[in-house]
Amino acid sequence: MARYIGKEMSRVDGVAKVTGKAKYAAEFQVPGIAYGFIVQSTIGKGTIKSIDTAEASRAPGVIRIYTHENAPKPAPPKSAELKPQTNSQERDKSFRALQTNRIFFNMQPIALVLAETFEQARYAARLVKASYAEEKPMTDMEAELKSAFMPNPQRAPKPRGNPSEAFQTAAVKIEAEYTIPVEHHNPMEPHGAIAFWENEKLTIFDKTQGVYTVRTHLATSFGIPEENVSVVSPFVGGAFGSSLRPNYYPWLASMAAREIKRPVKLVYTRQQMYTGHGYRPQTWQKVALGADKNGKLTSIIHEAANNSSTFEDYSDNTTNFPRSIYACPNVDSPQKIVKTDMSTPCAMRAPGAVSGMFALECAMDELAYSLKIDPLELRLINYADVHPDSGKAFSSKALRECYHLAAEKFGWKNRKLEPRSMRDGRMLVGWGMATGVWGAFQQPASVKITLRADGTAYVASGTSDIGPGTYTVITLIAAEYLGLPAEKVKFELGDTKFPRAPVQGGSFTTASVGTAVYESAQNIRQKLLDLAGKEANSPLKAAKIDEVEFADGKLQIKNEPARSISVSEIMRRNNLTELTDIHEAKPSPERNKYATGAHGAQFVEVKVDPDLGIVRVTRVVEATACGRIMNPKTSHSQEIGGIVWGIGMALTEATEIDHRYGRIMNPNLQHYHVPVNADVLEVETMFVEEDDKIVNPLGIKGMGELGMVGIPAAIANAVFHATGKRVRDLPITPEKLL
Amino acid sequence: MNSFKYTPATEAASAVQSVSANPSAKFLAGGTNLIDLMKEYVERPNELVDITRLNLAQIKSTGGSLSIGALAKNTDTANHPLVRQNYPLLTQAILAGASAQLRNMATNGGNLMQRTRCQYFYDIAMPCNKREPGTGCGALEGLNRIHAIFGYSDKCVATYPGDMATALYALDASVRIRKPDGRDRVVPVREFHRLPGEAPEKDNVLQHGELIVAIDLPKNNFAAKSYYLKVRDRASYAFALVSVAAALETSGNNIRQARIVLGGVAHKPWRSDEAENALVGKPANEETFRQAAEIALKDAKPLKHNGYKVELGKRAIVLALKRAMNGGAGKEA
Ligand SMILES: Cc1cc2nc3c(=O)[nH]c(=O)nc-3n(C[C@H](O)[C@H](O)[C@H](O)COP(=O)(O)OP(=O)(O)OC[C@H]3O[C@@H](n4cnc5c(N)ncnc54)[C@H](O)[C@@H]3O)c2cc1C
Ligand code: SF4
Repeated sequence: MARYIGKEMSRVDGVAKVTGKAKYAAEFQVPGIAYGFIVQSTIGKGTIKSIDTAEASRAPGVIRIYTHENAPKPAPPKSAELKPQTNSQERDKSFRALQTNRIFFNMQPIALVLAETFEQARYAARLVKASYAEEKPMTDMEAELKSAFMPNPQRAPKPRGNPSEAFQTAAVKIEAEYTIPVEHHNPMEPHGAIAFWENEKLTIFDKTQGVYTVRTHLATSFGIPEENVSVVSPFVGGAFGSSLRPNYYPWLASMAAREIKRPVKLVYTRQQMYTGHGYRPQTWQKVALGADKNGKLTSIIHEAANNSSTFEDYSDNTTNFPRSIYACPNVDSPQKIVKTDMSTPCAMRAPGAVSGMFALECAMDELAYSLKIDPLELRLINYADVHPDSGKAFSSKALRECYHLAAEKFGWKNRKLEPRSMRDGRMLVGWGMATGVWGAFQQPASVKITLRADGTAYVASGTSDIGPGTYTVITLIAAEYLGLPAEKVKFELGDTKFPRAPVQGGSFTTASVGTAVYESAQNIRQKLLDLAGKEANSPLKAAKIDEVEFADGKLQIKNEPARSISVSEIMRRNNLTELTDIHEAKPSPERNKYATGAHGAQFVEVKVDPDLGIVRVTRVVEATACGRIMNPKTSHSQEIGGIVWGIGMALTEATEIDHRYGRIMNPNLQHYHVPVNADVLEVETMFVEEDDKIVNPLGIKGMGELGMVGIPAAIANAVFHATGKRVRDLPITPEKLL
Repeated sequence: MNSFKYTPATEAASAVQSVSANPSAKFLAGGTNLIDLMKEYVERPNELVDITRLNLAQIKSTGGSLSIGALAKNTDTANHPLVRQNYPLLTQAILAGASAQLRNMATNGGNLMQRTRCQYFYDIAMPCNKREPGTGCGALEGLNRIHAIFGYSDKCVATYPGDMATALYALDASVRIRKPDGRDRVVPVREFHRLPGEAPEKDNVLQHGELIVAIDLPKNNFAAKSYYLKVRDRASYAFALVSVAAALETSGNNIRQARIVLGGVAHKPWRSDEAENALVGKPANEETFRQAAEIALKDAKPLKHNGYKVELGKRAIVLALKRAMNGGAGKEA
């Protein structure tokens, strides 16, 4: 019987967070600190003709100013790890500050001012004057769609069957274009770092989703051994993908600290975050669906293009997940990019999947209306029981159960198919649904566990907790498999002094680090069993690892508590005070025999003001199948958060660019509208648990991104049902419904 | 550092003196707008004269009318029993603005004085005649979804963003102003904000050093039938795309007096006398409301991205009038 797994546990770091004890990167106290402030370009493309720092240098408190004219150059990147996550490049070409007089995007850093206080640095930054040879920037991706290209055609998935012929001959067809603007993550905590050097050793407190990635980045940049760089990031106030790659500031802060021989603190302002890290790219999609009269899909042609920078080919892989959702013999999903004079996009919660599923699931809704088939029914008709590309069986896939459970809870059967057929007083009521999908990824990850004779344990891993509750879930898994009360387990993360773990991204942390903890606890059990079994009269003599378990500080034969020895007793007899195991867990090869994934179904009710076009999401029911749920409390929070993100994407969020200047005009929380509490009404999240020992021994799949994937489509579909108006361009602001 | 002098004032006279004496001094009230703009480097006063200790926070009835202190907080004003009872439109408008935390800090004087939310005004790297006269208007040919459809010039197309003032226009309020010579002048609120014309840097008619001391609300018969309707991009904590302050006085089903003021459409709340007059003497029904709405918007000249405000404005007027007729605040039509 599980003691912790599957039971609600409050965040172990909750009190520290609400009392301010939890230290975020920029909050560490380092004596003698100098403050940096970034100066940004005011043009979108061109060259810096001259940059005048004389007046700024004379401002009170200024220590030094760096521009492309005097900033040291980083060593060229060597490591493959620096490659952007999802694109084709062989070499890292990520943006580095102050390396050239070229301007690649508006609000590009052109100088770094260092001063004794933050206010002095900011003030002096405003005195730095640049003059430019300006060129016309191109930031309007849709205007340049004709230049779209496939960054890596040889790696693109091949078409399945013959989609265009199947489309031509289909009994029922729909074809439509969908667009999504640039969006920004807007985590609460601004990105920032404190860097200092001791001889040739660099320490950096950084806001990051992966301490090891930052370490490699800095070690290569300074041409020093990795061991000389220590990256510390115990708490992260949200990141959502914006801190997966090292952004330009960790190097900038470290460079400055090295040059001026003082610790340097550098924190982005909210405005600077809009080009200081990536963003969800602008996306254009066209979906053509062909079906027979019964609704069976015969062809899916799903084209997508997203914008990238001029210096990197970032693909959002928009069509990747959607192509495996439905059993359809003929599928093509070309994915292209368009170069723009913007900074490079990056992963943003559920990258690609949420954008791609917005288009596909809206198109499915459109098809349902052409066929006059209930939208849920249409999904069930085309349900993929095996992976449609590989033909492999799924290790587990309870999507069908999710559809049924959520539909039942929502009351979907009472829906009238006709648009504008449901009302609540003046308000038009609409019900829409969609499907969510994400991977069940696992990456190699290491942990260290020390079990002590005093009945406590220490667990550490160089992973990160950007908010989902990693501190809590890893503590819980360790407590479960070490047989200790959770209060006796201390878990630390976010430091390169701990064993290597991957970035927190792709929703694979619990599956990766949790598996490592589980396996390492098993190693410890084996070591103790070896020690305990040595003795002639041991109650565990000849017992095998699988026959024993930890419970209440004892090692015992399963279900036979009488045959046990206390852990402290074993250690005492062997003159040990503690036992340590360092272990790396890898995904099992067994996984390759199967298709793996996590799924969900979302049902949404909206109420639309028929006069004013205001949409309220009054009810969301979401059922999610993502393996075994370790901690329902934080897991529900993840799904609820995903839904809120989906509401923002559907209704309010858009980064606005003035294409004349290539400049983002709403880089702040008053003009960029994330949903507020008043926008989030009834939300119900449920899990359909899957027992899946193939993905990993604990049956863990990802969930942090999954929860938002179908939401924008479900909302747009509900809006159509309410109003009869199909909005294919996000966000659905009031004027689009007038 | 961009340092400034901080001068706490205890009397209105000294506050006025301090600001009059220094062309780049400013009054500091709740600070919810001014401090934000200073952080953005949009406002750069070298002295802040703190007026929060002045004895100007009372809300008191004087004869038939109500005088609301310039330093009364938005929250206290909205919730004052006399305001709730006699001017529910004002309560509704104030509570439609900002967030509870901001309203607890914001004062009525500061609210009247709040500056536009034009994105170009906020970005010191961009041209903006209001922030820096002569640099051009970034929004005119740029992003102007939230900008004006009435009364703008080629120098500036910004809107006045406030909710409270939109209701004050409908309520025929006037603004009591302390002049540097110590005497008061009273300006009808309709004449308080200006149109941008050639001088968009001037939001209103207040002269440097002049202090708003109170807002006076005359008695009226609108309390039973008024409604403030605000259309925004999210349910709270966003400025109006379009708002309407509507008020009716009827005898039977016949309209005796009407007020229609649009917010979010011009450099000042936009009151339409013509539409109001068109309602007078007519039966209060959807058809007359529609006619009035058509009249109110007939001179609108939308920019590239804000054409929707015309239709939205019409619909909002009709709905606000209907809701006013149905008993106003709190009741949905
Ligand atoms: C995030 C956010 C959202 C908001 N949303 C809304 C909204 O939806 N609707 C809305 O209407 N408002 C909204 N506001 C604006 C808010 O209402 C104003 O900031 C507030 O009313 C200003 O009052 P204050 O006392 O803080 O003024 P301050 O910031 O102290 O002053 C503003 C200006 O007025 C001058 N001033 C202040 N008092 C006087 C006086 N007595 N005489 C002469 N000059 C004076 C100051 O010198 C300064 O120039 C929002 C503000 C924020 C920050
Ligand atoms: S509309 Fe007015 S405030 Fe906006 S940029 Fe133009 S001049 Fe400035």
